[in-house]
Amino acid sequence: MIVNKAGSPLYATDNIKPDTRHGVILYAENVSVSFDGFKALNDLNLYINDGELRCLIGANGAGKTTLMDVITGKIRPDTGKVSFGQQIDLLQLDESEIALAGIGRKFQKPTVFEALSVFENIELSLAGDKGIWTSLFHKLSGEDKDRIGEILDTIGLLTEAHYPAGRLSHGQKQWLEIGMLLAAKPRVLLVDEPVAGMTGQETERTAELLTSLAGEHSVIVVEHDMAFVRSIAKTVTVLHQGSVLAEGTMSEIQSNPEVIQVYLGEDGDSEPKQ
Amino acid sequence: MMRLLSVLISGIISWQALANDQVINADTAPTVDKHSAVLIELVQKLPVTKLKKLPVLVEQLASTATLKNTKKTRDVLQYLVDGELYYIKANKHVVRAVNGENKTYTLTDILADETFAPVNKSKIKKIKTNNRLRGEIRGYIAKIDLSSSDKNTRIDAINQILSNPSKPGLSAVRALLATEQNDDVRELMNVTLLTEQLKHGSHAEKIAAIKQIEDSLQPVVKNAMTQLLDNLPTNNKSTEEKILAANLTKAIKSIDGKRDLFGYLETIFFGLSLGSVLLLAAIGLTITFGVMGVINMAHGEMMMLGAYTTYVIQLAFPNLIEYSLLMAVPAAFLVSGFVGIIIERGVIRHLKGRPLETLLATFGISLMLQQLVRTVFSPLNRQVQAPEWMTGSLQINPVFALTYNRLYILLFSLLVFFALLMILKKTSLGLHVRAVSQDREMARALSIKSDWVDAATFGLGSGVAGVAGVVLSQLTNVGPNLGQAYIIDSFLVVVFGGVGSLWGTLVAAMSLGSINKFLEPITGSVLANIIVLVGLVLFIQKRPKGLFPQKGRASD
Amino acid sequence: MQLSTLFQKSITKLSHLHIVVGTLFIATLYVTVCNLFFTEGSLLHVSNYTVSLLGKYLCYALLALAIDLVWGYCGILSLGHGAFFTLGGYAMGMYLMRQIGDRGVYGNPDLPDFMVFLNLTELPWFWAGSSSVWWMVAMVFIGPGLLAYVFGMMAFRSRVSGVYLSIMTQAMTYALMLAFFRNEMGFGGNNGLTDFKEILGYSLQNPHTKLALFIATAFALAIGYFISNYIVNSKMGRVITATRDAENRVRFVGFKPEHYKVWIFVVSAILAGIAGALYVPQVGIINPGEFSPLNSIEMVIWVAIGGRCTLYGAIIGAIAVSYAKTRFTAIMPEAWLFGLGGLFVLVTLYLPKGIAGLLANLFDKLSIVKVDAAKGDIDKEKVADAEMKS
Repeated sequence: MIVNKAGSPLYATDNIKPDTRHGVILYAENVSVSFDGFKALNDLNLYINDGELRCLIGANGAGKTTLMDVITGKIRPDTGKVSFGQQIDLLQLDESEIALAGIGRKFQKPTVFEALSVFENIELSLAGDKGIWTSLFHKLSGEDKDRIGEILDTIGLLTEAHYPAGRLSHGQKQWLEIGMLLAAKPRVLLVDEPVAGMTGQETERTAELLTSLAGEHSVIVVEHDMAFVRSIAKTVTVLHQGSVLAEGTMSEIQSNPEVIQVYLGEDGDSEPKQ
Repeated sequence: MMRLLSVLISGIISWQALANDQVINADTAPTVDKHSAVLIELVQKLPVTKLKKLPVLVEQLASTATLKNTKKTRDVLQYLVDGELYYIKANKHVVRAVNGENKTYTLTDILADETFAPVNKSKIKKIKTNNRLRGEIRGYIAKIDLSSSDKNTRIDAINQILSNPSKPGLSAVRALLATEQNDDVRELMNVTLLTEQLKHGSHAEKIAAIKQIEDSLQPVVKNAMTQLLDNLPTNNKSTEEKILAANLTKAIKSIDGKRDLFGYLETIFFGLSLGSVLLLAAIGLTITFGVMGVINMAHGEMMMLGAYTTYVIQLAFPNLIEYSLLMAVPAAFLVSGFVGIIIERGVIRHLKGRPLETLLATFGISLMLQQLVRTVFSPLNRQVQAPEWMTGSLQINPVFALTYNRLYILLFSLLVFFALLMILKKTSLGLHVRAVSQDREMARALSIKSDWVDAATFGLGSGVAGVAGVVLSQLTNVGPNLGQAYIIDSFLVVVFGGVGSLWGTLVAAMSLGSINKFLEPITGSVLANIIVLVGLVLFIQKRPKGLFPQKGRASD
Repeated sequence: MQLSTLFQKSITKLSHLHIVVGTLFIATLYVTVCNLFFTEGSLLHVSNYTVSLLGKYLCYALLALAIDLVWGYCGILSLGHGAFFTLGGYAMGMYLMRQIGDRGVYGNPDLPDFMVFLNLTELPWFWAGSSSVWWMVAMVFIGPGLLAYVFGMMAFRSRVSGVYLSIMTQAMTYALMLAFFRNEMGFGGNNGLTDFKEILGYSLQNPHTKLALFIATAFALAIGYFISNYIVNSKMGRVITATRDAENRVRFVGFKPEHYKVWIFVVSAILAGIAGALYVPQVGIINPGEFSPLNSIEMVIWVAIGGRCTLYGAIIGAIAVSYAKTRFTAIMPEAWLFGLGGLFVLVTLYLPKGIAGLLANLFDKLSIVKVDAAKGDIDKEKVADAEMKS
């Protein structure tokens, strides 16, 4: 491999593997973030086990998206420790290095590269050397093409492969973004509201996909759609005012009086109760 | 404003005095009064008096200076000092002769101001004086001036004596010190006498003088002290000399310290003055760029239009130069504001949300405006006159003066700043502007006419740029490229201060101006400019949101 | 499966390359032949003046290509590309200055005239080596490249973008202009470098040298086009385009967009520097006025008018606008700035895709049926391929 002149990172996926001997792949300890006095995260502690599928729920402003921002390096916390496995300190890495280390993210508002084709979107997301010189002299291998084909098939965008991504519908963009996530082969997937804008059938397929990913990958899903959460979640974490309020199976959560108190509202008439 | 008023008043007074003069002249012209007769008699003795005896005659001449005749006596003495007093060889008649064309001299009667035909040099002879006599005559003149009722004439006379001490002058100062009413004049008189005492007094007097004038900033004082110190023997000083030397060194140090202080103050003033120009140039941009988020590369040309408005107004009312700036400020605001609104309606609103395109289009507009001005007014620079009240300076002490134009511009820029601050904070337009800039859709939903607000805001920003142009016309040449010189600086000021923050713009403009002026003596002005530019670029890279970043989502 | 489509795509992309380089080759050949073999007065004669003028246009075209690379593809609107162009020009100018030798007004064999005038007794250290061709070539690359690298590292690393970046680039070229106007800089002050005599031993007055310079410029443009075309069609080009549209997303995919931006900025600056270096011997002078922000903005309008994000558009724009400028300033100089200003406004308002956009529309209308039919076939094939796999 040509040594990267622009100083791009060592490829964490190749060189450093997260140390998961304790079975935990993601540690977030005593994390606090504040914006202009408002505490978005308040001494939050969260541990994600290797290979598990975890759902994060909480009202608007509970800190779900902020937590994702902290994990992916978009926001630096004021205090606290975030590490990938036991030894990779995520606070020392920037967004691209964290992505290369094996943490992928899907945004709440689907963002794809609109001027590029669907195929090219996936191509850019493929795991591998992301340095300048490799990109300049890169040739798609047959293996890569097969992989892109597989992913396009999985997300149902084969026929649109050479459409500019900007022409896709909202739901298709959601799928494309999931496809880009898959292409990067991350150890941990952070998925922010994956089923917003999807039809019932699409939602079902997403649920299927995410469940199938768990095991090999660890998946963290933020979602407001409770039916969807129930359909996929083994463990659910409830965030409230920037810290963890409760953690457990869906039924445990639903019977937790504290959760009912703050999350479902005092009169308990809030929608998510079904 | 005060000064303008005083100019007006003094104008009226002098006009009245002129009228009175004419009346008096009409009355007295045919008959020569008694004092004049004495003066003429004495003057006519000049050609027949030997140089040795001349001092006595001159003393008599000077003594004719009474209240009524002061000016005439003074004139005669002045002619004598300047070597303009001649007599006609044929009849020994004394005249004033001024070198004219073709080696001829123009002759004037010294009293009646009657002009004779020019004559050849050979027909007349100069009344000779020597150095000593001239010194004495200057003293007499100074004495006459010192008795003048005008404070400034007195101060000028004392300054004259201070830099050119003569016995009669000094004795005049000494004589008049007791009766002098004005503090400033008395102070200056004291300094003059003490400097003399420092030079020629006894040891004790010297020491006493040093003690009293060690805080004087008159350059003469420091020179006298340095000279005295240099004249002391370097080795083997006597005790007296040692004491004197110590005192002198201390006094010079104290004077230097004060001078440095005022030097700093002057640099700060120059810095703030440059800052005020930057502020005026940038503040319109703070509104269009900062608040509305529109990049207007034609902002400089809005200033240029303002400057040309001033020019046109002076052209249209050549008799009202004194008031031209007062008329130009609102006129420039309207002209530039109007052009601004046309630009906003015609181009910018079609490019909403495409900042880079807006940048290019407005740049095109700036080119067209420049060419328009070139076609209409010619590509050459135009001279805009400064009204009387903008010229001159406020002399605070001998080493520190504030020029009136810079002072007024500084005050005016602050006035504009606070006016804008008020408009944005207290008026409904300001409220609407802020509402639209923060959330256009929401503002619309509240039935704010966002289109109208955009046009008005842009017009306001452009109008302020026009007002800045009026000010610039007082500082630089008015030409088609006037605006270009300021556009980059203005943008940097806005970005440095924090986009959208009026206070940030104020602080940024003033600090950039001061930094520039402090660097200038060290590096030269061009390099200072470059250093500030590079420094700013580095700063923006460290803190892209400037000194006072806007908080909240609106600034994203 | 996709191989065929990729091939299809590269055919269409390649054809652009072919058309541009082919046109350039034919035009150059035509000018060369007409200049050499048809005498003055003949209908087909191309005068030496025209050759130099065309050479100048081609320099501008290369410069426009450089700007399109960063603006059209990467979204960096540089209002300071004139700085890179001029730096390249100064590197060449210094070399040409040294070739004058003792033929200057003062006849000093070691020092250029302006240094003698400024009472310098020896060459400043940064002129050391400037008499060598290799030094010159190296400086044409290093001067603009280094400036772009330093500037880019600082700006892109701290994520300065958009209008802020544009104004900073403008400030950069403005500061350089002020600096080069100073005599103390040692680059000839406001007179710049001029009175060149020869290049590589050939007299610059000789028409054949001028023709050779023109051909060299055409060659440089062809290479520049080839390189730019390769870059924008590589994976690198796709990363850059993605950065333009969604820089943050590029980060989360694992690229470091700031590195890509610096890289493309440096490549673009070097291309601009080469254009400047070729420009100087053809116009015979380089002075700090070239740093003027107005120049840099004029360059941007070439690209805007030609159509950004298409490489050939940039070339068309540069040549068309420069030609218009030559004509207008000769016939009615007054009108030129009105015309240029008007172009800025009209193009941004009514022709956001420039001339290239117009051409593409025309082509589309002509061949829409054909392309659609072809595309349909490809799609079907692809689907079939994919189905077989799964």
